[in-house]
Amino acid sequence: MLQIDHLSASYKTIDGDVHVVQDANFTIYDNEIFGIAGESGCGKSTLLKALYDIIEFPLQVDSGRVVLSGEKGGKSFTYQTGQIRKSWWNNISYVPQAAMSVLNPITKLKSQFLDSIPEEDKKRETPQQTLQRVQQYLGALNLSPEVLEAYPFQLSGGMRQRVIIALATFMSPNVVLADEPTTALDVVVQRGILMLLMRLQKQLKNTMVLVSHDLGVHYQVTDRIGIMYSGKMMEIGKTTELFANPRHPYTQMLIGALPRVGDKSQRVGIPGSPPPLKNPPPGCRFAPRCPKATPLCSAQVPEFREISPGHFAACHLLNGEGK
Amino acid sequence: MAEKLLEVKGVSKIFRIGGMLSRKRLTAVDGVSFEIAADKPVILSIVGESGCGKSTLCKMILRQHKPEAGDILLDGHSYKDKKHYKPMQFRNDVQPIFQNPFEAFSMRKRVDTYLFNTALRLGIAKNRADAAKRVNEALVSVGLSLDVVAGKYSSQFSGGELQRVSIARALITRPKIIIADEPVAMIDASMKMNIVNLFKQLRDDYGISFIYITHDLSTAYYVSDYIATLYRGTLIEYGSSKEIMDHPAHPYTKLLMDSVPRVGDKWEQDVAMPDMEEKEYSLTCCKFAPRCPYATAECLKDRPPMQELEGGRKVLCYHPLV
Repeated sequence: MLQIDHLSASYKTIDGDVHVVQDANFTIYDNEIFGIAGESGCGKSTLLKALYDIIEFPLQVDSGRVVLSGEKGGKSFTYQTGQIRKSWWNNISYVPQAAMSVLNPITKLKSQFLDSIPEEDKKRETPQQTLQRVQQYLGALNLSPEVLEAYPFQLSGGMRQRVIIALATFMSPNVVLADEPTTALDVVVQRGILMLLMRLQKQLKNTMVLVSHDLGVHYQVTDRIGIMYSGKMMEIGKTTELFANPRHPYTQMLIGALPRVGDKSQRVGIPGSPPPLKNPPPGCRFAPRCPKATPLCSAQVPEFREISPGHFAACHLLNGEGK
Repeated sequence: MAEKLLEVKGVSKIFRIGGMLSRKRLTAVDGVSFEIAADKPVILSIVGESGCGKSTLCKMILRQHKPEAGDILLDGHSYKDKKHYKPMQFRNDVQPIFQNPFEAFSMRKRVDTYLFNTALRLGIAKNRADAAKRVNEALVSVGLSLDVVAGKYSSQFSGGELQRVSIARALITRPKIIIADEPVAMIDASMKMNIVNLFKQLRDDYGISFIYITHDLSTAYYVSDYIATLYRGTLIEYGSSKEIMDHPAHPYTKLLMDSVPRVGDKWEQDVAMPDMEEKEYSLTCCKFAPRCPYATAECLKDRPPMQELEGGRKVLCYHPLV
């Protein structure tokens, strides 16, 4: 389980701090695929970096924390921001955004697999034994064991992506974070990779966090989805419910603007553009583009609250609903 | 005026791959033919996976690449015929829009410099005042104005706004055809539709035809009148967008359509991923046959002929699905 507790993160720049994640407060449960959607620059990847604890200059956590807890091999564990690194590969792993270029181009894949094995596990078995297990695992992902003897450039994009997923899931971590895992891939390969991720999640019964800007991908893959806008979490709910009945005006307009195969009816984009994160507007960050905005929206930041069981949103217009 | 605005006749492009001394060749575009009529402006989408030859084909139409075989005619004039059809006239008639507007405009130059240079250097305006008028007209037609754009650098615009400026730049010459290579790939979902709708509006208001290259099939369905599907450099299906996408005739187009992550329709079956991409380019039989669930012995022997179906639809397959 990943608990995000009032987390705010920013990037330090010469002109001042850029507040990319602002007061994110939600929980990602065990045995689910949680999607984070939003436009470019809305803070999706930064939030994921904070979840994986890659807090390196110029990124800094201003307040709040992330707590990773769960059970593995009969032992329960709890790590929080600052300690999560200790649990990398074993309890939490990461499929990065530029997956095409993260593999070392001058090393064979077998050494890259051996590098990813935590020290304690290395003591338990010889490298040959580990490689044997890796070969079996690759077979389950429809990859030939020969890829271990290959260099990354000898593989196609889809194969490289499957190798990265194999690397990330080989130790059966409790949480797998995937940042745009199919962005540079074609639709057919994308479908193959996404179905592989779904199959793995069902097998391992772990938590998967998927970041993507493509709402169609979220609909296909995720159980719950969080919509981010300009560094703020705007709405969280069950994926099917959120697509059928979006409550936040931003989500409504975003889903309304989605072109669909089989539907040629006129669609319009959201007028205007997202506010600068360095100097965001007071109140709701979507208020300047929101057709339903009231004076309260521009004055006061709306609270992110449960409006119906399991459905959360941050909007003044929904104030009368829920608890 | 010629009957056909653009005629692409069996064009091929071969690249040398590997090192300087390599003898390996890759046929990126393999005998592609299609045409755009002069009397009715259309939006033609060219869809397919990366590496299928979409961009190479458009670079040939834009005369950035020379085809190894075949001919490309604009208004009845071949690209080789520089006597009767001057390069300057070509630049006025055909304009490009690129994928990333932030790469198309230098961050050190003011954006309006590009607009004025297009008007002055392509002989559209005789002086700066005249150019300012033409530039403003073009900007107004994309929902901006010279007052908004003047003096600004590319970093002062959002992606959507800057892409509209690059469309305005293309409009200055009042082109007959605009070639847009993945124009909304870098644009946020909420603003994508504004750009795509602009194409429709420009087609209707100014009679400009578009060649829209994309791998985003949902916007292709929404915006285009015709669709051409490419696979490993070969045109495998051509026809009206609604017919092709609602009832694909080629098994590859069907696979492509089934793989679009749609809202409201969940995937159930797994899909076979390609694992011999480079070899498929040089196949002498149907290039999709090794992956095709409907392939028969003849598909693996010879290349199928281009079959004409109803409504001007064409498909390169022995066993079309419709």
